[in-house]
Amino acid sequence: MGTHRITLTVNRVQEVAEVPSNLTLLDFLRERLALTGTKNGCSTGECGACTVMMNGEPVNSCLVLAVEADGAEILTIEGLAHDGQLDTLQKAFIELTGTQCGFCAPGILISARALLNRNPHPSEAEIRDALRGHLCRCTGYVRIVESIQAAAKAGG
Amino acid sequence: MDEMKHTQKAPYPIGESIPRIDIHAKVTGEAKFTDDLPFGPGLLYGRVLRSPHPHALIKHINVSKALTMPGVRAVVTGADSDEHIGLYLKDRFIFCRERVRFVGDPVAGVVATSEAIADEACRLIDVEYEVLDPVLDPIRGIQPDAPLLHPDLGDYVVADFIQPKPGTNISNHFKVRKGDIEAAWPKCDVIVERSFRVPEVQHVPIETHIAIARVDQNGKITLWSSSQSPFAQRNLISEALGVSQSDIRVIAPYVGGGFGSKAGVSVEGMAVVMARKVPGHPVKMRLTREEEFFCSFVRQGLIAKTRVGATKDGKILAMKTEYYWDAGAYTEYGVNITRASGYSSTGPYNIPNVWADSYCVYTNHPVGGPMRGFGMPEIHWGIEQIMDIVADELGMDKVEFRLKNCLRSGDINVTGMKMHPIGLTECIQKASKAINWGTDEPASAPNKRRGKGLAIMWKAPAMPPNAGSSAWVRLNEDATVSLGIGGQEIGQGTFTVAAQMASAALGVPMDWIRISAPVDTQYSPYEWQTVASRLTWSMGNAIVKAAHNARKQILDIVAKYWDENPEDLDIKDGQVISYKTENSISIENIVVYGLPQPDGAGWQGGPIIGHGNFMPTYVTDLDNETGQGERAVVHYTTGCQAVDLEVNIETGHITILNIASAFDVGKAINPEQVRAQIEGGVGMGASTGILESLQFKDGIPQNISFMDYRIATAVDMPKKVESIIVEVPQDDGPWGARGVGEHPMVPTAPAIANALTAAVGVRILDLPLTPEKVFLALEQKAMTQGKGS
Repeated sequence: MGTHRITLTVNRVQEVAEVPSNLTLLDFLRERLALTGTKNGCSTGECGACTVMMNGEPVNSCLVLAVEADGAEILTIEGLAHDGQLDTLQKAFIELTGTQCGFCAPGILISARALLNRNPHPSEAEIRDALRGHLCRCTGYVRIVESIQAAAKAGG
Repeated sequence: MDEMKHTQKAPYPIGESIPRIDIHAKVTGEAKFTDDLPFGPGLLYGRVLRSPHPHALIKHINVSKALTMPGVRAVVTGADSDEHIGLYLKDRFIFCRERVRFVGDPVAGVVATSEAIADEACRLIDVEYEVLDPVLDPIRGIQPDAPLLHPDLGDYVVADFIQPKPGTNISNHFKVRKGDIEAAWPKCDVIVERSFRVPEVQHVPIETHIAIARVDQNGKITLWSSSQSPFAQRNLISEALGVSQSDIRVIAPYVGGGFGSKAGVSVEGMAVVMARKVPGHPVKMRLTREEEFFCSFVRQGLIAKTRVGATKDGKILAMKTEYYWDAGAYTEYGVNITRASGYSSTGPYNIPNVWADSYCVYTNHPVGGPMRGFGMPEIHWGIEQIMDIVADELGMDKVEFRLKNCLRSGDINVTGMKMHPIGLTECIQKASKAINWGTDEPASAPNKRRGKGLAIMWKAPAMPPNAGSSAWVRLNEDATVSLGIGGQEIGQGTFTVAAQMASAALGVPMDWIRISAPVDTQYSPYEWQTVASRLTWSMGNAIVKAAHNARKQILDIVAKYWDENPEDLDIKDGQVISYKTENSISIENIVVYGLPQPDGAGWQGGPIIGHGNFMPTYVTDLDNETGQGERAVVHYTTGCQAVDLEVNIETGHITILNIASAFDVGKAINPEQVRAQIEGGVGMGASTGILESLQFKDGIPQNISFMDYRIATAVDMPKKVESIIVEVPQDDGPWGARGVGEHPMVPTAPAIANALTAAVGVRILDLPLTPEKVFLALEQKAMTQGKGS
């Protein structure tokens, strides 16, 4: 298996790495950078737990090869808070119990951040639509939707 | 509890909706789940070769090719562990010996330097099978000529409240014989009989099963696992492998969803057996999503035959039930689900004449295990529909019918137990009112029909009579409190509620409490299992006792220091105060260093550690022939759900407009977390009610991916979910609390089914209520009516 040198930005930090062709972005983040906040729920792009932001768009990192992320800007759950401040979404999820077991939350928070970036005042239907690719088995999605609404109201 | 009076206002922060204490870690990516732990370059990976046949004898296994593959460190088979394992009935080997009993049964395990190599090596193992006739249905399974799955059933070790029938596929038969059923039928004006079917479904935790085992050179075992049952795992693996409990250490980080599937032992045993072959190396065993669907536990399938009779004034006189549980190949918990469904077979109704037979039947299906509700969602699917049918036959309003027949405090229930105080009638009234019961409301479009329905429920913690809890509180120099518990945070919020109870019982601010997590059987206090919605109640009692024990130690030394009576002292907000002298002192430092005696005459006190335990002592045996006894269970939590929905008659699609739930939780320690449990239960109940079934063809699972096995997404959920808390205190619960984690999914599916009937006049007896099934039922109804006209 060949390897490739990649250069990418992860949570505002530049990383240079030698990676095998078949290494997924998910495994690169979790195993090479120890960014284990991004979760693996199915390895097949169906559950959304591994969602990260790639150049501003949410992607299933289990379906992206690390080599495809060469030159990209990646944001994971670990980078959502910055300058010592939680993201508005994180604050809302804490306040309103936007997660229970917490396993799907990192992916959902990243997708919700992408949603609010492109649409600061989404309707409830638009929020639910943006969550289609995320499976949560604990919450019934009630408080996830409420948390995203509250974050939007608080200025995104 | 001696020092708690339900009549008094509960102390802060009991009853307060404190934000979850684990949530900051969970929204920042900081929370560690089992797969997130680092193990370094010595980590090896285990993968398992599984049976492709539902039922076969293993004639020969050749692992030599796999063993020589580069990167492979070890291969294990059934020859590597010869003791049975199992919770109530030890009917399973960790790796199969001689016989496989379901598609997915573990035949061999490979330990290698990567998952890919281990998978590849599994394909190099040659197994010769002699295929046997499978049992694919519990009704077939009880026939005298059915193939036997467990010819050695009579030799298995079994708990004394489980009754297997050696020589058959019946691993438990639970009976209820109450009153005189035959004498009752002639007195009934209406008798209704129906059969219901519930398919197998999967728990679908978003984190699949995972365990990492390491065995050291002395044979001591460390297991990191995503587990609801660290102590039960330790115990079961200990018994199966002949290792002392204290030589097995289970460390259990946050659990990414359990719902019952991570109770007991599943992948953990395999990880340990594989790790024994490579001492010093941790071996990781993680199920793929595909494996998760059929290689971990599934919720058992059920065929229920029920007959109910009532008088014309609406009083239920008799109920006869047969349950045939599709238990799958082994019965980790299934035998006790069978028992619980038997002793709860009437639902929360007061019925004088009852006959029930509940059979746990081995089939060549995946292993049936506990899933949120422990048999109750399955049996209430039938109970709550047949009650609606009886009410219809009587021409009675369904709310009125339920209020007339439901259990009330002091009633004698199906097993002869006197009901403790319950608020079921209040739940029925409040839930039905919340959806404007009795008011017809228009549908939103000409192709839609609207209808309302409800269902009620009960559920007891189903567990051994003496399932225990323990806790400790250890005070630190700065007066923060380390709270040791053995209960697991699986998403239900138990760490938060535990901290609230310790805070209130000790008298220190909530944010001084630190949970000593992860649960680690080497340090944490014993907890039977995180199942049965039992922690708030059982572990809560232990926490309160531990906190009171520490509190007493603190008050004693301060009383001596002040030369006062401890009875006059209290701890408020982390200060010891005297009601008599108005003295006050912070507990900082003194809880570790003690206090000086007067005139330099030495010191008194010492580092404070409080301990407490709780175990119910009053659950009695039930008679094997009649299922009658003084107290079958610790208590029942009851509730009601009412559904307002629309059906698209062109597509069969159900849209839930509003679902109102009311549950009697005794006392809501954290009301918002109770509501979060209700919402989650409604979500899971609606998902299993409308979308889910694990499908088999000749015993082979067919839909083992998220593409083929759909669970509800955000767009599938009810438009409105309303949660109502009813509080009729539990006499032995902390501040009156009883559990509610599982209950909200119990009545959801039948409430939807009853509302469906109200909307379009079709009655569907087989779960789930898929659009296809609803549409075909509407077609059928139209054809029948067409013929009639």
